[in-house]
Amino acid sequence: MNKQERIAAIKRIVEPYVQEKAALENLNEDTDFLKDLNINSAHLVDIILDVEDEFDIEIEDEAMEKMLTVGAALAIIEEKVK
Amino acid sequence: MDKQKIISLLPYSEPFLFVDTLEVVTEDEVVGHYTYREDAFFYQGHFKNHPVTPGVILTETMAQIGLVCMGIYLLRDKIANGLTPGMAFSSQAVDYYKAVYPGERVRVHAKKQYFRFGKLKCQVEMYNAQGELVCKGVLAGMVGKGVRVG
Repeated sequence: MNKQERIAAIKRIVEPYVQEKAALENLNEDTDFLKDLNINSAHLVDIILDVEDEFDIEIEDEAMEKMLTVGAALAIIEEKVK
Repeated sequence: MDKQKIISLLPYSEPFLFVDTLEVVTEDEVVGHYTYREDAFFYQGHFKNHPVTPGVILTETMAQIGLVCMGIYLLRDKIANGLTPGMAFSSQAVDYYKAVYPGERVRVHAKKQYFRFGKLKCQVEMYNAQGELVCKGVLAGMVGKGVRVG
């Protein structure tokens, strides 16, 4: 899976939780899950659980705390799927 | 951690404490009881001249026993080290089957679905004294560091 495909997968995962549909259209590496997409912290946990399933990886608490933007999530996914 | 200690650590007091006793507390399930006081404040207006326990109070009771008591137990080591964990209700989907009247005793049984990244999600059921299902649903909350209440 290349980077664009990974971004598309993240977009698909976050879509049900997003309040700001316009921000979802413009989703990019700088997009902040909480600030730009207005996702609450409980839904961020659901998103991370879905990311684990989608990419067949396990994310620890320390990594989770860094997953605040799409770019940060991509970096962690890239490191884990190696 | 002692069951009475868990109740004493609950961040609620009258008239909004809905836990009398805990029967079972493990990493995976909690069973607790509450008897609705006949003079509880909400019966004055719910309903006019016809007191019935509001659904939101039944849900609150399930959350206090199922989520918050379990959350305190799961965080017992941190609490022993002086941390006061915050709690925030994050979602609920509950179906109701039987009415609960003033003075009735209910039993709440919660089973953990997961506790990850500070989010505790439980399947919770409430039964009346006759053992009939009153309501059931899935409740979730954020517990632990970074969560503030009040």
